[in-house]
Amino acid sequence: MHASLPDANTLIARLADAIAPTLTPDTLIVGIHTGGVWVAERLHALLQCTKPLGTLDISFYRDDFSRIGLHPQVKPSNLPFDLEGRAILLVDDVLHTGRTVRAAMNELFDYGRPASIRLAVLVDRGGHELPIRPDFAGLTIAVPDHQNINLSRLDDGHLTLTLA
Amino acid sequence: MNLQLAEDGRLRHLLTLDGLPRAIITQILDTAESFMDVGEREVKKVPLLRGKSIFNLFFEPSTRTRTTFEIAAKRLSADVVNLNIATSSQTKGEAILDTVDNLAAMHADMFIVRHAQSGAAHFIARHVAPHISVVNAGDGRHAHPTQGLLDMFTIRRYKGEFHNLTVAIVGDVLHSRVARSQIHALTTLGVPEVRVIGPKTLLPAGVEQMGVRAFHDMEAGLAGCDVVIMLRLQNERMKGARLPSAQEYFKFFGLTPEKLALAKPDAIVMHPGPMNRGVEIASEVADGPQSVILPQVTYGIAVRMAVMAMLAGGATA
Repeated sequence: MHASLPDANTLIARLADAIAPTLTPDTLIVGIHTGGVWVAERLHALLQCTKPLGTLDISFYRDDFSRIGLHPQVKPSNLPFDLEGRAILLVDDVLHTGRTVRAAMNELFDYGRPASIRLAVLVDRGGHELPIRPDFAGLTIAVPDHQNINLSRLDDGHLTLTLA
Repeated sequence: MNLQLAEDGRLRHLLTLDGLPRAIITQILDTAESFMDVGEREVKKVPLLRGKSIFNLFFEPSTRTRTTFEIAAKRLSADVVNLNIATSSQTKGEAILDTVDNLAAMHADMFIVRHAQSGAAHFIARHVAPHISVVNAGDGRHAHPTQGLLDMFTIRRYKGEFHNLTVAIVGDVLHSRVARSQIHALTTLGVPEVRVIGPKTLLPAGVEQMGVRAFHDMEAGLAGCDVVIMLRLQNERMKGARLPSAQEYFKFFGLTPEKLALAKPDAIVMHPGPMNRGVEIASEVADGPQSVILPQVTYGIAVRMAVMAMLAGGATA
Protein backbone atom coordinates (compact mmCIF):
# COMPACT_ATOMS: atom_id res chain seq x y z
CA MET A 1 0.00 0.00 0.00
CA HIS A 2 1.27 3.42 -0.95
CA ALA A 3 1.68 5.88 1.88
CA SER A 4 -1.11 8.05 0.55
CA LEU A 5 -2.32 9.36 -2.77
CA PRO A 6 -2.89 13.07 -3.26
CA ASP A 7 -6.41 14.40 -2.87
CA ALA A 8 -8.35 14.03 -6.13
CA ASN A 9 -9.77 17.54 -5.95
CA THR A 10 -6.32 19.05 -5.57
CA LEU A 11 -5.19 17.11 -8.63
CA ILE A 12 -8.19 18.29 -10.64
CA ALA A 13 -7.45 21.90 -9.71
CA ARG A 14 -3.83 21.41 -10.78
CA LEU A 15 -5.02 19.88 -14.04
CA ALA A 16 -7.37 22.81 -14.68
CA ASP A 17 -4.53 25.29 -14.08
CA ALA A 18 -2.37 23.48 -16.63
CA ILE A 19 -5.13 23.30 -19.23
CA ALA A 20 -6.49 26.84 -18.83
CA PRO A 21 -3.82 28.74 -20.84
CA THR A 22 -4.21 26.35 -23.79
CA LEU A 23 -7.99 26.35 -23.90
CA THR A 24 -9.61 27.91 -26.96
CA PRO A 25 -13.20 29.15 -26.78
CA ASP A 26 -14.42 26.45 -29.16
CA THR A 27 -12.82 23.53 -27.28
CA LEU A 28 -15.24 20.72 -26.48
CA ILE A 29 -14.69 18.66 -23.33
CA VAL A 30 -15.55 14.96 -23.55
CA GLY A 31 -15.35 12.59 -20.56
CA ILE A 32 -15.05 8.82 -20.77
CA HIS A 33 -17.49 6.85 -18.58
CA THR A 34 -17.48 6.56 -15.66
CA GLY A 35 -14.58 8.16 -13.80
CA GLY A 36 -13.56 10.32 -16.74
CA VAL A 37 -17.00 11.92 -16.76
CA TRP A 38 -16.67 12.85 -13.08
CA VAL A 39 -13.30 14.52 -13.75
CA ALA A 40 -14.62 16.15 -16.93
CA GLU A 41 -17.60 17.60 -15.04
CA ARG A 42 -15.22 19.27 -12.54
CA LEU A 43 -12.91 20.55 -15.27
CA HIS A 44 -15.88 21.83 -17.26
CA ALA A 45 -16.94 23.90 -14.23
CA LEU A 46 -13.43 25.05 -13.20
CA LEU A 47 -12.57 26.11 -16.75
CA GLN A 48 -15.94 27.86 -17.09
CA CYS A 49 -16.53 26.13 -20.39
CA THR A 50 -19.71 27.37 -22.06
CA LYS A 51 -20.07 24.49 -24.51
CA PRO A 52 -22.06 21.43 -23.37
CA LEU A 53 -20.11 18.53 -21.88
CA GLY A 54 -19.83 15.37 -23.97
CA THR A 55 -19.73 11.84 -22.57
CA LEU A 56 -18.51 8.63 -24.17
CA ASP A 57 -19.20 5.03 -23.27
CA ILE A 58 -16.63 3.06 -25.21
CA SER A 59 -18.18 -0.37 -24.57
CA PHE A 60 -19.07 -0.83 -28.24
CA TYR A 61 -15.46 -0.12 -29.23
CA ARG A 62 -13.51 -2.26 -26.78
CA ASP A 63 -10.85 -4.55 -28.23
CA ASP A 64 -11.56 -7.28 -25.65
CA PHE A 65 -15.25 -7.61 -26.59
CA SER A 66 -14.91 -11.03 -28.18
CA ARG A 67 -13.24 -12.33 -25.00
CA ILE A 68 -15.28 -10.74 -22.21
CA GLY A 69 -18.48 -9.65 -23.96
CA LEU A 70 -20.60 -6.61 -23.49
CA HIS A 71 -20.64 -4.71 -20.22
CA PRO A 72 -24.15 -5.16 -18.86
CA GLN A 73 -24.63 -1.47 -18.08
CA VAL A 74 -23.66 0.36 -21.22
CA LYS A 75 -24.49 4.05 -20.91
CA PRO A 76 -25.34 5.90 -24.07
CA SER A 77 -22.67 8.17 -25.48
CA ASN A 78 -23.85 11.75 -25.54
CA LEU A 79 -22.10 14.24 -27.78
CA PRO A 80 -24.53 17.16 -27.98
CA PHE A 81 -22.56 19.01 -30.64
CA ASP A 82 -21.08 18.59 -34.09
CA LEU A 83 -17.41 17.77 -33.56
CA GLU A 84 -16.43 18.25 -37.20
CA GLY A 85 -13.36 20.50 -37.26
CA ARG A 86 -13.47 21.17 -33.50
CA ALA A 87 -10.77 20.96 -30.83
CA ILE A 88 -11.55 18.12 -28.40
CA LEU A 89 -10.23 17.74 -24.89
CA LEU A 90 -10.67 14.07 -24.02
CA VAL A 91 -10.75 13.35 -20.27
CA ASP A 92 -10.25 10.10 -18.36
CA ASP A 93 -9.52 9.30 -14.75
CA VAL A 94 -6.60 6.86 -15.02
CA LEU A 95 -4.36 6.21 -18.03
CA HIS A 96 -3.01 2.65 -17.94
CA THR A 97 -2.65 0.57 -21.12
CA GLY A 98 -4.09 3.26 -23.41
CA ARG A 99 -6.67 0.85 -24.87
CA THR A 100 -9.62 2.84 -23.53
CA VAL A 101 -8.28 6.01 -25.13
CA ARG A 102 -7.75 4.16 -28.41
CA ALA A 103 -11.40 3.01 -28.32
CA ALA A 104 -12.59 6.52 -27.41
CA MET A 105 -10.76 8.04 -30.36
CA ASN A 106 -12.25 5.47 -32.72
CA GLU A 107 -15.71 6.30 -31.42
CA LEU A 108 -15.14 10.07 -31.74
CA PHE A 109 -14.20 9.62 -35.38
CA ASP A 110 -17.49 7.82 -36.03
CA TYR A 111 -19.23 11.08 -35.11
CA GLY A 112 -17.08 13.30 -37.30
CA ARG A 113 -13.54 14.52 -37.93
CA PRO A 114 -12.26 16.70 -35.12
CA ALA A 115 -9.48 19.22 -35.84
CA SER A 116 -7.51 17.97 -32.83
CA ILE A 117 -7.80 15.72 -29.80
CA ARG A 118 -5.82 16.30 -26.61
CA LEU A 119 -5.84 13.97 -23.65
CA ALA A 120 -6.14 14.99 -20.01
CA VAL A 121 -5.99 12.35 -17.25
CA LEU A 122 -6.14 12.64 -13.51
CA VAL A 123 -3.46 9.98 -13.06
CA ASP A 124 -0.95 8.50 -15.52
CA ARG A 125 0.01 5.27 -13.80
CA GLY A 126 2.31 3.89 -16.51
CA GLY A 127 2.04 0.45 -18.09
CA HIS A 128 1.25 1.87 -21.53
CA GLU A 129 0.77 -0.70 -24.29
CA LEU A 130 0.05 1.74 -27.11
CA PRO A 131 1.74 4.92 -28.34
CA ILE A 132 -0.67 7.07 -26.35
CA ARG A 133 0.56 9.69 -23.84
CA PRO A 134 -1.40 12.35 -21.97
CA ASP A 135 -1.11 16.04 -22.88
CA PHE A 136 -2.05 16.85 -19.29
CA ALA A 137 -1.73 14.65 -16.21
CA GLY A 138 -2.64 15.63 -12.65
CA LEU A 139 -0.25 13.01 -11.29
CA THR A 140 2.36 10.78 -12.91
CA ILE A 141 3.20 7.74 -10.85
CA ALA A 142 4.61 4.28 -11.60
CA VAL A 143 2.21 1.66 -10.27
CA PRO A 144 3.16 -2.03 -10.45
CA ASP A 145 1.03 -4.19 -12.79
CA HIS A 146 -0.65 -6.16 -9.99
CA GLN A 147 -1.99 -2.98 -8.39
CA ASN A 148 -4.87 -0.77 -9.45
CA ILE A 149 -5.66 2.89 -8.98
CA ASN A 150 -9.38 3.60 -8.72
CA LEU A 151 -11.36 6.80 -8.63
CA SER A 152 -14.58 6.56 -6.68
CA ARG A 153 -17.32 9.04 -5.94
CA LEU A 154 -19.05 9.25 -2.58
CA ASP A 155 -22.73 10.06 -2.15
CA ASP A 156 -21.86 13.71 -1.44
CA GLY A 157 -20.03 13.91 -4.77
CA HIS A 158 -16.56 13.83 -3.20
CA LEU A 159 -13.95 12.10 -5.38
CA THR A 160 -11.26 9.86 -3.88
CA LEU A 161 -8.33 7.95 -5.31
CA THR A 162 -7.45 4.56 -3.87
CA LEU A 163 -4.62 2.17 -4.59
CA ALA A 164 -5.24 -1.53 -4.12
CA MET B 1 -30.89 -28.19 -19.66
CA ASN B 2 -31.55 -24.77 -21.06
CA LEU B 3 -30.06 -24.70 -24.54
CA GLN B 4 -30.24 -20.91 -24.64
CA LEU B 5 -27.90 -20.19 -21.75
CA ALA B 6 -24.22 -21.02 -21.31
CA GLU B 7 -23.02 -22.51 -18.02
CA ASP B 8 -22.14 -19.04 -16.73
CA GLY B 9 -25.67 -17.80 -17.45
CA ARG B 10 -24.72 -15.87 -20.55
CA LEU B 11 -27.04 -15.88 -23.56
CA ARG B 12 -25.82 -18.47 -26.07
CA HIS B 13 -28.77 -18.83 -28.45
CA LEU B 14 -32.08 -16.99 -28.58
CA LEU B 15 -34.76 -19.53 -29.37
CA THR B 16 -37.79 -18.69 -27.22
CA LEU B 17 -38.82 -16.28 -24.47
CA ASP B 18 -40.44 -19.16 -22.58
CA GLY B 19 -38.25 -19.63 -19.52
CA LEU B 20 -35.80 -16.87 -20.41
CA PRO B 21 -34.88 -15.20 -17.10
CA ARG B 22 -36.20 -11.74 -16.39
CA ALA B 23 -32.66 -10.46 -15.83
CA ILE B 24 -31.63 -11.48 -19.36
CA ILE B 25 -34.74 -9.89 -20.91
CA THR B 26 -34.07 -6.68 -19.00
CA GLN B 27 -30.42 -6.75 -20.04
CA ILE B 28 -31.44 -7.08 -23.70
CA LEU B 29 -33.84 -4.12 -23.37
CA ASP B 30 -31.20 -1.99 -21.60
CA THR B 31 -28.58 -2.84 -24.19
CA ALA B 32 -31.02 -2.01 -26.99
CA GLU B 33 -31.57 1.38 -25.37
CA SER B 34 -27.88 2.19 -25.71
CA PHE B 35 -27.92 1.10 -29.37
CA MET B 36 -30.77 3.51 -30.12
CA ASP B 37 -28.47 6.43 -30.89
CA VAL B 38 -26.23 4.55 -33.32
CA GLY B 39 -28.85 5.02 -36.05
CA GLU B 40 -28.62 8.80 -35.58
CA ARG B 41 -24.86 9.11 -36.00
CA GLU B 42 -22.90 10.23 -38.99
CA VAL B 43 -21.40 6.74 -39.20
CA LYS B 44 -24.31 4.42 -38.37
CA LYS B 45 -22.02 1.64 -37.26
CA VAL B 46 -20.13 0.36 -34.26
CA PRO B 47 -17.26 -2.10 -34.71
CA LEU B 48 -18.44 -4.76 -32.22
CA LEU B 49 -19.03 -7.61 -34.68
CA ARG B 50 -16.31 -6.73 -37.15
CA GLY B 51 -15.07 -9.87 -38.88
CA LYS B 52 -18.10 -11.97 -37.86
CA SER B 53 -20.24 -13.65 -40.50
CA ILE B 54 -23.97 -13.77 -39.94
CA PHE B 55 -26.20 -15.88 -42.16
CA ASN B 56 -29.88 -15.05 -42.53
CA LEU B 57 -31.45 -18.46 -43.17
CA PHE B 58 -34.98 -17.81 -44.28
CA PHE B 59 -36.82 -21.00 -45.12
CA GLU B 60 -40.02 -18.97 -45.12
CA PRO B 61 -40.41 -15.61 -46.83
CA SER B 62 -40.20 -12.38 -44.82
CA THR B 63 -39.35 -8.82 -45.72
CA ARG B 64 -39.44 -6.77 -42.55
CA THR B 65 -37.85 -9.25 -40.16
CA ARG B 66 -35.08 -10.22 -42.57
CA THR B 67 -34.36 -6.59 -43.42
CA THR B 68 -34.20 -5.43 -39.81
CA PHE B 69 -31.88 -8.33 -38.91
CA GLU B 70 -29.70 -7.39 -41.87
CA ILE B 71 -29.56 -3.71 -40.92
CA ALA B 72 -28.88 -4.60 -37.29
CA ALA B 73 -25.99 -6.88 -38.25
CA LYS B 74 -24.53 -4.27 -40.59
CA ARG B 75 -24.72 -1.55 -37.92
CA LEU B 76 -22.63 -3.89 -35.76
CA SER B 77 -20.12 -4.16 -38.66
CA ALA B 78 -20.79 -7.87 -39.26
CA ASP B 79 -20.76 -9.41 -42.72
CA VAL B 80 -24.26 -10.54 -43.64
CA VAL B 81 -25.30 -13.18 -46.13
CA ASN B 82 -28.98 -13.57 -46.95
CA LEU B 83 -30.25 -16.94 -48.07
CA ASN B 84 -33.81 -17.40 -49.18
CA ILE B 85 -33.70 -21.13 -48.99
CA ALA B 86 -37.29 -21.66 -50.00
CA THR B 87 -36.09 -20.79 -53.49
CA SER B 88 -32.71 -22.52 -53.52
CA SER B 89 -31.27 -25.75 -52.18
CA GLN B 90 -34.38 -26.92 -50.37
CA THR B 91 -36.19 -27.17 -53.67
CA LYS B 92 -33.33 -29.40 -54.80
CA GLY B 93 -33.98 -31.60 -51.80
CA GLU B 94 -31.00 -30.72 -49.57
CA ALA B 95 -31.58 -31.62 -45.94
CA ILE B 96 -31.65 -28.70 -43.51
CA LEU B 97 -28.61 -29.87 -41.53
CA ASP B 98 -26.60 -30.31 -44.72
CA THR B 99 -27.36 -26.70 -45.56
CA VAL B 100 -26.24 -25.66 -42.07
CA ASP B 101 -23.06 -27.75 -42.23
CA ASN B 102 -22.13 -26.21 -45.55
CA LEU B 103 -22.56 -22.71 -44.21
CA ALA B 104 -20.61 -23.58 -41.05
CA ALA B 105 -17.80 -24.76 -43.35
CA MET B 106 -17.83 -21.22 -44.75
CA HIS B 107 -17.02 -20.04 -41.19
CA ALA B 108 -20.40 -18.76 -40.11
CA ASP B 109 -20.57 -17.27 -36.60
CA MET B 110 -24.32 -16.87 -36.29
CA PHE B 111 -27.47 -18.16 -37.93
CA ILE B 112 -30.71 -16.20 -37.99
CA VAL B 113 -33.34 -18.82 -38.74
CA ARG B 114 -36.92 -18.56 -39.92
CA HIS B 115 -38.80 -21.74 -40.71
CA ALA B 116 -42.41 -22.84 -41.08
CA GLN B 117 -41.81 -25.81 -38.77
CA SER B 118 -41.97 -25.26 -35.02
CA GLY B 119 -38.67 -26.25 -33.43
CA ALA B 120 -36.49 -25.68 -36.49
CA ALA B 121 -34.19 -23.19 -34.72
CA HIS B 122 -33.83 -25.53 -31.71
CA PHE B 123 -32.96 -28.34 -34.07
CA ILE B 124 -30.18 -26.28 -35.64
CA ALA B 125 -28.95 -24.95 -32.28
CA ARG B 126 -28.52 -28.51 -30.99
CA HIS B 127 -26.50 -29.41 -34.06
CA VAL B 128 -24.06 -26.51 -34.50
CA ALA B 129 -20.51 -26.21 -33.13
CA PRO B 130 -20.12 -24.40 -29.77
CA HIS B 131 -18.88 -21.12 -31.25
CA ILE B 132 -21.98 -20.68 -33.44
CA SER B 133 -25.08 -18.91 -32.11
CA VAL B 134 -28.61 -19.36 -33.41
CA VAL B 135 -31.39 -16.78 -33.31
CA ASN B 136 -34.94 -17.89 -33.92
CA ALA B 137 -36.58 -15.41 -36.30
CA GLY B 138 -39.90 -17.25 -36.20
CA ASP B 139 -40.61 -20.99 -36.18
CA GLY B 140 -44.06 -22.28 -37.12
CA ARG B 141 -46.61 -21.45 -34.45
CA HIS B 142 -44.02 -21.71 -31.70
CA ALA B 143 -42.04 -18.52 -31.08
CA HIS B 144 -40.74 -15.25 -32.51
CA PRO B 145 -38.59 -14.03 -29.64
CA THR B 146 -37.06 -10.90 -31.18
CA GLN B 147 -40.54 -9.67 -32.11
CA GLY B 148 -41.66 -10.29 -28.51
CA LEU B 149 -38.61 -8.39 -27.22
CA LEU B 150 -39.10 -5.41 -29.51
CA ASP B 151 -42.71 -5.27 -28.38
CA MET B 152 -41.54 -5.17 -24.76
CA PHE B 153 -39.05 -2.45 -25.67
CA THR B 154 -41.86 -0.45 -27.29
CA ILE B 155 -44.11 -0.84 -24.25
CA ARG B 156 -41.31 0.19 -21.90
CA ARG B 157 -40.51 3.26 -23.99
CA TYR B 158 -44.12 4.47 -23.96
CA LYS B 159 -45.29 3.24 -20.57
CA GLY B 160 -42.08 3.20 -18.53
CA GLU B 161 -42.99 0.28 -16.28
CA PHE B 162 -44.63 -3.12 -16.57
CA HIS B 163 -45.97 -3.73 -13.07
CA ASN B 164 -49.06 -1.52 -13.43
CA LEU B 165 -50.22 -2.39 -16.95
CA THR B 166 -53.17 -4.12 -18.54
CA VAL B 167 -52.23 -5.48 -21.96
CA ALA B 168 -54.62 -7.03 -24.49
CA ILE B 169 -53.55 -9.22 -27.41
CA VAL B 170 -56.31 -9.34 -30.01
CA GLY B 171 -56.96 -11.78 -32.82
CA ASP B 172 -55.62 -15.07 -34.03
CA VAL B 173 -53.75 -16.16 -30.92
CA LEU B 174 -54.10 -19.82 -31.88
CA HIS B 175 -51.78 -19.64 -34.89
CA SER B 176 -49.57 -16.81 -33.65
CA ARG B 177 -45.95 -17.36 -32.63
CA VAL B 178 -45.81 -13.62 -31.96
CA ALA B 179 -48.60 -13.87 -29.37
CA ARG B 180 -46.89 -16.76 -27.59
CA SER B 181 -43.62 -14.85 -27.32
CA GLN B 182 -45.43 -11.72 -26.13
CA ILE B 183 -47.34 -13.62 -23.45
CA HIS B 184 -44.15 -15.22 -22.06
CA ALA B 185 -42.33 -11.88 -22.01
CA LEU B 186 -45.23 -9.93 -20.47
CA THR B 187 -45.74 -12.43 -17.66
CA THR B 188 -41.99 -12.71 -17.01
CA LEU B 189 -41.69 -8.92 -16.78
CA GLY B 190 -44.49 -8.81 -14.22
CA VAL B 191 -47.44 -7.38 -16.16
CA PRO B 192 -50.32 -8.06 -13.76
CA GLU B 193 -53.03 -8.46 -16.38
CA VAL B 194 -52.51 -9.97 -19.80
CA ARG B 195 -55.66 -10.53 -21.84
CA VAL B 196 -56.27 -12.37 -25.06
CA ILE B 197 -59.31 -11.41 -27.13
CA GLY B 198 -60.64 -13.36 -30.07
CA PRO B 199 -63.31 -15.73 -31.36
CA LYS B 200 -63.37 -19.15 -29.69
CA THR B 201 -62.04 -20.74 -32.86
CA LEU B 202 -58.88 -18.60 -32.75
CA LEU B 203 -57.95 -18.85 -29.06
CA PRO B 204 -56.02 -21.96 -27.99
CA ALA B 205 -57.82 -24.33 -25.61
CA GLY B 206 -56.51 -23.82 -22.09
CA VAL B 207 -54.86 -20.50 -22.93
CA GLU B 208 -55.52 -19.43 -19.32
CA GLN B 209 -52.76 -21.80 -18.24
CA MET B 210 -50.30 -19.34 -19.79
CA GLY B 211 -51.37 -16.79 -17.17
CA VAL B 212 -53.77 -14.77 -19.31
CA ARG B 213 -57.50 -13.94 -19.21
CA ALA B 214 -59.53 -14.89 -22.27
CA PHE B 215 -62.27 -12.67 -23.69
CA HIS B 216 -64.56 -13.31 -26.62
CA ASP B 217 -65.86 -9.80 -27.07
CA MET B 218 -63.96 -6.58 -27.59
CA GLU B 219 -66.10 -4.40 -25.32
CA ALA B 220 -65.24 -6.31 -22.15
CA GLY B 221 -61.71 -7.17 -23.24
CA LEU B 222 -60.52 -3.69 -24.15
CA ALA B 223 -61.95 -1.91 -21.11
CA GLY B 224 -59.19 -0.23 -19.14
CA CYS B 225 -56.30 -1.45 -21.32
CA ASP B 226 -52.99 0.45 -21.46
CA VAL B 227 -51.69 -1.46 -24.47
CA VAL B 228 -53.63 -3.04 -27.34
CA ILE B 229 -51.68 -5.44 -29.54
CA MET B 230 -53.40 -6.46 -32.76
CA LEU B 231 -52.38 -9.66 -34.52
CA ARG B 232 -52.37 -10.28 -38.23
CA LEU B 233 -55.27 -12.39 -39.47
CA GLN B 234 -53.92 -14.79 -42.01
CA ASN B 235 -56.09 -15.22 -45.05
CA GLU B 236 -55.73 -18.98 -45.06
CA ARG B 237 -57.69 -19.11 -41.78
CA MET B 238 -60.73 -18.00 -43.68
CA LYS B 239 -60.41 -20.91 -46.04
CA GLY B 240 -59.92 -23.26 -43.10
CA ALA B 241 -63.49 -22.50 -42.03
CA ARG B 242 -62.49 -20.95 -38.71
CA LEU B 243 -64.13 -17.69 -39.73
CA PRO B 244 -67.10 -16.85 -41.91
CA SER B 245 -65.61 -13.82 -43.68
CA ALA B 246 -63.16 -10.95 -43.35
CA GLN B 247 -66.05 -8.49 -43.15
CA GLU B 248 -67.67 -10.30 -40.28
CA TYR B 249 -64.32 -10.61 -38.47
CA PHE B 250 -63.76 -6.87 -38.83
CA LYS B 251 -67.25 -6.18 -37.46
CA PHE B 252 -66.59 -8.10 -34.25
CA PHE B 253 -62.81 -8.02 -33.74
CA GLY B 254 -61.43 -5.30 -36.01
CA LEU B 255 -59.96 -2.36 -34.08
CA THR B 256 -61.95 0.77 -34.94
CA PRO B 257 -61.74 4.19 -33.27
CA GLU B 258 -65.01 3.36 -31.45
CA LYS B 259 -63.65 0.14 -29.99
CA LEU B 260 -60.31 1.73 -29.13
CA ALA B 261 -62.21 4.37 -27.14
CA LEU B 262 -63.03 1.60 -24.64
CA ALA B 263 -59.37 1.33 -23.66
CA LYS B 264 -57.62 3.99 -21.58
CA PRO B 265 -57.36 7.37 -23.35
CA ASP B 266 -53.57 7.10 -23.49
CA ALA B 267 -53.54 3.46 -24.64
CA ILE B 268 -51.03 2.61 -27.36
CA VAL B 269 -51.85 0.40 -30.35
CA MET B 270 -49.28 -2.09 -31.63
CA HIS B 271 -49.16 -4.50 -34.57
CA PRO B 272 -46.28 -6.79 -35.58
CA GLY B 273 -47.05 -6.30 -39.29
CA PRO B 274 -47.83 -6.81 -42.02
CA MET B 275 -51.27 -5.32 -41.43
CA ASN B 276 -54.53 -6.22 -43.12
CA ARG B 277 -56.26 -2.86 -43.11
CA GLY B 278 -59.99 -3.27 -42.83
CA VAL B 279 -59.66 -6.82 -41.47
CA GLU B 280 -58.04 -6.66 -38.02
CA ILE B 281 -57.43 -2.92 -37.89
CA ALA B 282 -59.07 0.17 -39.36
CA SER B 283 -56.82 2.62 -41.20
CA GLU B 284 -57.95 5.46 -38.88
CA VAL B 285 -56.45 3.52 -35.97
CA ALA B 286 -53.35 2.21 -37.76
CA ASP B 287 -52.44 5.75 -38.84
CA GLY B 288 -53.92 7.46 -35.78
CA PRO B 289 -52.26 9.24 -32.86
CA GLN B 290 -52.29 6.19 -30.58
CA SER B 291 -50.54 3.94 -33.10
CA VAL B 292 -46.90 3.07 -32.38
CA ILE B 293 -46.66 0.59 -35.24
CA LEU B 294 -43.85 2.36 -37.11
CA PRO B 295 -41.75 3.04 -33.99
CA GLN B 296 -41.96 -0.73 -33.38
CA VAL B 297 -40.11 -1.27 -36.65
CA THR B 298 -37.38 1.23 -35.73
CA TYR B 299 -36.96 -0.28 -32.26
CA GLY B 300 -36.70 -3.73 -33.85
CA ILE B 301 -33.28 -2.78 -35.20
CA ALA B 302 -31.87 -1.72 -31.81
CA VAL B 303 -33.32 -4.82 -30.12
CA ARG B 304 -31.84 -7.15 -32.74
CA MET B 305 -28.47 -5.37 -32.40
CA ALA B 306 -28.62 -6.00 -28.66
CA VAL B 307 -29.40 -9.69 -29.10
CA MET B 308 -26.63 -10.21 -31.65
CA ALA B 309 -24.08 -8.26 -29.59
CA MET B 310 -24.88 -10.26 -26.46
CA LEU B 311 -24.63 -13.54 -28.37
CA ALA B 312 -21.37 -12.70 -30.10
CA GLY B 313 -19.55 -11.18 -27.14
CA GLY B 314 -17.46 -13.44 -24.95
CA ALA B 315 -18.59 -16.49 -26.86
CA THR B 316 -17.05 -19.73 -25.62
CA ALA B 317 -14.72 -20.14 -28.57
